[in-house]
Amino acid sequence: MDVPALALVGVHKNFRQGGRQIEAISGLSMQVQGARITGLLGPDGAGKTTLMRLAAALLWPDTGIVRVFGHDSRDAAAAIQADIGYMPQRFGLYEELSVHENLVLYADLQGLGPARRKTRFDELLQLTALGPFGGRRAGDLSGGMKQKLGLACALLRAPRLLLLDEPTVGVDPISRRELWSIIKAMRAQGVTVVVSTAYLDEAELCDDIVLLHAGKLLVQQPPAAFHAPLSGRCFSVRHPGIRRRRLQESLSSRDGVVDALVQSDSVRVVLQGDLPPRQEGEAWQPVSPRFEDAFVSLLAARAAGAQPAGMPAAAARPARDPAPDATVASPATVLQPIQSDDAARDRSAPVIEVHELRRRFGSFEAVKGIGFAVQRGEVFGLLGANGAGKSTTFRMLCGLLPATSGTLRVAGVDLRRARAAARARIGYVSQRFSLYGNLSVAQNLAFFASVYGLAGERRRTRLDWARQEFDLDAYLDASAVELPLGFKQRLALACALMHEPWILFLDEPTSGVDPLARREFWQRINQLAESGVTVMITTHFMDEAEYCDRLVLMSLGEILAFGTPQEIRARVRTAAMPEPTMEDAFIGLIQAHEAQTRRAA
Amino acid sequence: MNRLRLRGLVRKEFLQILRDPSAIAIAFVLPVFLLLLFGYGVSLDAHHVPLAVVVDQPTAQTSDFIGSLQQSGYFEPRYSPSFKVARDALMERRVSGIIWLRSDFSREMLAGKTAPVAAWLDGVDANNANIVQGYLLGAWQNWLQLQADEAGYALSIPVRVQSRIWFNPALRSRDFLVPGLIAVIMTLIGALLTALVVAREWERGTMEALMASPVTMGEILLGKLVPYFLLGMGGMLLSVAMAVWLFAVPLVGSFWLLLACSALFLLVALGMGLLISTLAKNQFVAAQVAVIVTFLPAFILSGFIFDIHSMPAVVQFLTHVVAARYYVAILQTLFLAGDVWPVVLGNSVALVLMATIFFAIARRKSRKRLD
Amino acid sequence: MWARIFALIVKEFLAVLRDAASRTVLIGPPLIQLMVFGYAASFDLRHIPYAVYNQDSGYASRQLLARFSGSPVFRQVAVLRGDAQIAPRLNDKSALLVLHIGQHFTRDLLARRTARLQVLVDGRDSNTAALALNDVGGIVLDFNQQWAAAHGQRGPPAQLVTRAWFNPNLRSRWFIVPGIVALLTLVVTLLVTGLSVAREREMGTFDQLLVTPLRPLEILVGKAVPGFVIGGLEGGFIALVAVLWFHVPFVGSIAALALGMFFFLLAAIGIGLMISSLAVTQQQGLLGVFLFLVPSIILSGFATPIANMPEAVQWLTRLNPMRYFLIVVRGVFLEGSTVPVLWSQYAPLALIGVGSMSAAAWLFRHRMA
Repeated sequence: MDVPALALVGVHKNFRQGGRQIEAISGLSMQVQGARITGLLGPDGAGKTTLMRLAAALLWPDTGIVRVFGHDSRDAAAAIQADIGYMPQRFGLYEELSVHENLVLYADLQGLGPARRKTRFDELLQLTALGPFGGRRAGDLSGGMKQKLGLACALLRAPRLLLLDEPTVGVDPISRRELWSIIKAMRAQGVTVVVSTAYLDEAELCDDIVLLHAGKLLVQQPPAAFHAPLSGRCFSVRHPGIRRRRLQESLSSRDGVVDALVQSDSVRVVLQGDLPPRQEGEAWQPVSPRFEDAFVSLLAARAAGAQPAGMPAAAARPARDPAPDATVASPATVLQPIQSDDAARDRSAPVIEVHELRRRFGSFEAVKGIGFAVQRGEVFGLLGANGAGKSTTFRMLCGLLPATSGTLRVAGVDLRRARAAARARIGYVSQRFSLYGNLSVAQNLAFFASVYGLAGERRRTRLDWARQEFDLDAYLDASAVELPLGFKQRLALACALMHEPWILFLDEPTSGVDPLARREFWQRINQLAESGVTVMITTHFMDEAEYCDRLVLMSLGEILAFGTPQEIRARVRTAAMPEPTMEDAFIGLIQAHEAQTRRAA
Repeated sequence: MNRLRLRGLVRKEFLQILRDPSAIAIAFVLPVFLLLLFGYGVSLDAHHVPLAVVVDQPTAQTSDFIGSLQQSGYFEPRYSPSFKVARDALMERRVSGIIWLRSDFSREMLAGKTAPVAAWLDGVDANNANIVQGYLLGAWQNWLQLQADEAGYALSIPVRVQSRIWFNPALRSRDFLVPGLIAVIMTLIGALLTALVVAREWERGTMEALMASPVTMGEILLGKLVPYFLLGMGGMLLSVAMAVWLFAVPLVGSFWLLLACSALFLLVALGMGLLISTLAKNQFVAAQVAVIVTFLPAFILSGFIFDIHSMPAVVQFLTHVVAARYYVAILQTLFLAGDVWPVVLGNSVALVLMATIFFAIARRKSRKRLD
Repeated sequence: MWARIFALIVKEFLAVLRDAASRTVLIGPPLIQLMVFGYAASFDLRHIPYAVYNQDSGYASRQLLARFSGSPVFRQVAVLRGDAQIAPRLNDKSALLVLHIGQHFTRDLLARRTARLQVLVDGRDSNTAALALNDVGGIVLDFNQQWAAAHGQRGPPAQLVTRAWFNPNLRSRWFIVPGIVALLTLVVTLLVTGLSVAREREMGTFDQLLVTPLRPLEILVGKAVPGFVIGGLEGGFIALVAVLWFHVPFVGSIAALALGMFFFLLAAIGIGLMISSLAVTQQQGLLGVFLFLVPSIILSGFATPIANMPEAVQWLTRLNPMRYFLIVVRGVFLEGSTVPVLWSQYAPLALIGVGSMSAAAWLFRHRMA
């Protein structure tokens, strides 16, 4: 039978948000063929979730037709929903119910007979390794386990089409790897899978990529087809005398460079043509292109044509701003005064010191006596699987949570016990970019300026700086809640930097933000670090770990590894894996540690 | 309608109720809390009302009159040296009224004229003042009768009111407040709880997962209805038990009829809850709407405390769409008067009508789609 | 420091007023409640349905009945023709009372014997029944006086003359509407302050505040002031409506009301902030507000007198700030109370206010994380 699993013909879908009409899907026509994994990619707000909901017949198209295995979603929603498995972004689990009770509920709803139920449960519990947790409440599971349970619920009746909406957001690399092995197993059984994701490395695992932008189909082809036009345009650049971040900055400002990215010990560069703008001392080595290169160059090309109303595009920056180091508005120069204030301070003196830090919640020890030190001007990463204790550590450092025992000093004081003035030295961006949603952008900026005690001339210059540096002028009167995610992130960063802090705390500042916004974000962080600001960051993106000067890797409340990215990667280097990535290192180290802990217990 | 799916939904809801203390709190703790509060805290029956008594010239007649006030049980007379002192006591709220027997009281009375008994009441709490005035009138008339009997003359009162109070001869306000309160409690359980739990499914994204499964909208609605119906009936039985055994409210009518009417009203309340939940998809808004459109009217416009006949015509008209109005009438009748079929049937028909309308709208409004 | 607090206060106002939903919550429900309470919550009887069963054919009974049909309190709905018709009327609630006049009513009256008017009342709503009986008594008393005067009969040896101070016509609206000033001030203040921290906790902005140089006490002040201003404005507005729309007399001093309002708001905000610092989610905050509001309204004397409550409950009401403020509001509106008279109310109110604010400050500092 040649009926496509999913077919859209001329679909339009509008939503009303506030008083405005938003076009989520605009004239989309596409098909998904059976028994393949189709990845749905696109920047934030491209219409991925809307497309998923249209396919699940949870939304009707305004115009056009959506067909699933030939059924029209308007007439035959019941038939469609009998054929699909759908996992929404928040997994759709009942938190009060146990793992087993959730499975029973969805088995009942999907009409899975009692006869087949037992074997199916066993199969899925084995597949997801949730067997030992059958009695645990879903609300008590870690993010990765919730995601696997959500998937198991969607898979109960072996659907013909599996729809997964950003299943890997906020999930650690190990869980992501496990999830993908399940997805591949499903494909082997003939299930069609449509998965949306913000992780570009996951795109390589798909058979087919649908790239969406502003509700329109940009391109639909296999990942390999994306690489082809880029062959000969991708290089790995090294310079023995220059630090990677400096090198990256220099490279990204040169003509003809589309994208420059720190990767392992070198900088990965994508060119417009195939002629490298080589400079003295640099070693340019051609590398094979990957999906991310294609994604960025495709979107950057679009964004460059549509500035500034388009999306935040770091790659488009050089064209507008040829020499970032020299501009007055860049944080590097504005932050200068602090640097000179502290010129007397020893650059190597630690800014953050942690010693024998412990935190107990009841009988559970979340952080088990860890210690490390962070130098001034460092970008310091805090990594770990879900539930490794990194958030707890982070909150203790910011002074949001008291430590059970141990010492911790940030900028020379314990923030929890310090006088309020000491907190003026830090800036903080929380996981969800917590801003006052119903205050406007300008009101948020003014509020944080006042709270940090800025007044008079300084207040005026800093507010001007924030508006210009983060391109917020167009949104000044918009409520923060209505901003696109990338702009929320910018505003959160602007508020945290308003008072020129010595130390910047960033808690998963890029989760859910699209790759282009992430690039721009990291460019700023690098500039800040170069100007002497210490940056403490937690993240789930392993490629972002490469940007850190040093990092700690946590598991089960302990520090597994501590050092530069190179040092950490080197720990898992073997003959079989001569060039391990950060993700390999992460997974290898954590699995070894967990196994060791189990053996000990 | 698929039995397997419905059973799954109902079981899920029960598990959630069992593990979420807030549902249990609304269904069982709240009724007990409200009943105790109203049963003990709200009473319209004045007793031992403190009265300042100013007697200019104490005589046998004056002490006789004051004594009869004391004996009525409603009053607590306190002698006051002068009217000014008594007035200050009233201003400071130490007494609720003043009785002033002037110096000529005994003289006039003995001379066969009509002696004045001047009474001042604190009119701020008008209702209480009204009731106290009634007591005072009664005590005065009793005293007159006693005087006449003792002196052996016939008291010449042209018309004497002979009142017979049906259903609640002692006029205990608790007997009418407690049954009415059951209507308020059932409204809370039915409408508020249902609206909240549906809104919670929207907030947590579980509704999206439910809708993407083969389950039908009717099954989702019924899956909510059955558990909260049973929970509501549980809360109702608890309230009735407390009313009868703790507050000694007589249940004159039949228990089964009460059960049937309560079930009917609970359906209406659940229907309102479902209707609210189709409009308000977050818990905060749902709670606000539920309190404003169901709880408040059940409290004020149902005849639970305030008499409907006495309201302005427009407001009276409005009370016809308040379901609790019909249920309060049934409750007060079944508890105090018995199985009065015209009341029960008439109001039940109204309830059936409202239930049908609410469910029809809720069913129409809830589509198995997210927009 | 003042600049920071000022910025916080401005932020709180913007957060409340820029959001359509919370704007509605602050304006809509209070107005609805004001109108509903003002018009519907009344103990003044009107249009009470009654049926007449008159077996007397004389003119005296007609004279007496004319007084009933002329009264705004009563409305005649039926004329009965036999004993058997009485019970159904009362049972099905179509009449609240039945006036039964016997055969010899006029004859007895003219013969100077006491004639009887039998009144059968539906006691299901005991309060209405009691009030209706009072009104019946009043009408008959009037009739008796006139009849005695007209027929040269000797009056009773003593005559009761009652007058009501402050509210001569005993209108319950005069009693209820000033009470609403206190009620809605409390509701609005608690909603503004009780949910404000929980809302920030849910949105994650509370962490953001805690890492700024703001001190806990500054945050507390920043949260308290908007509740104070909004509660005060709303209370003042309702007081105006009470005077201008519902025509409740206002005979006392504005200063006395303002002083009472100040202490009351202090107490309410303290309690709101206590709930706020304990609640992690808005739902818990809402539940806390509800659990505090209902008893404090019921046990305040808002609708039923505190004197009627059991001894132990009466003692409990001394902890209730609403109890004192109700006396202040009603005193100022109806009795013309001035500041010196009301010290006995201000003192406990101020004590509760200081106590609850200190408790809130303590909780705030100890529950910051």
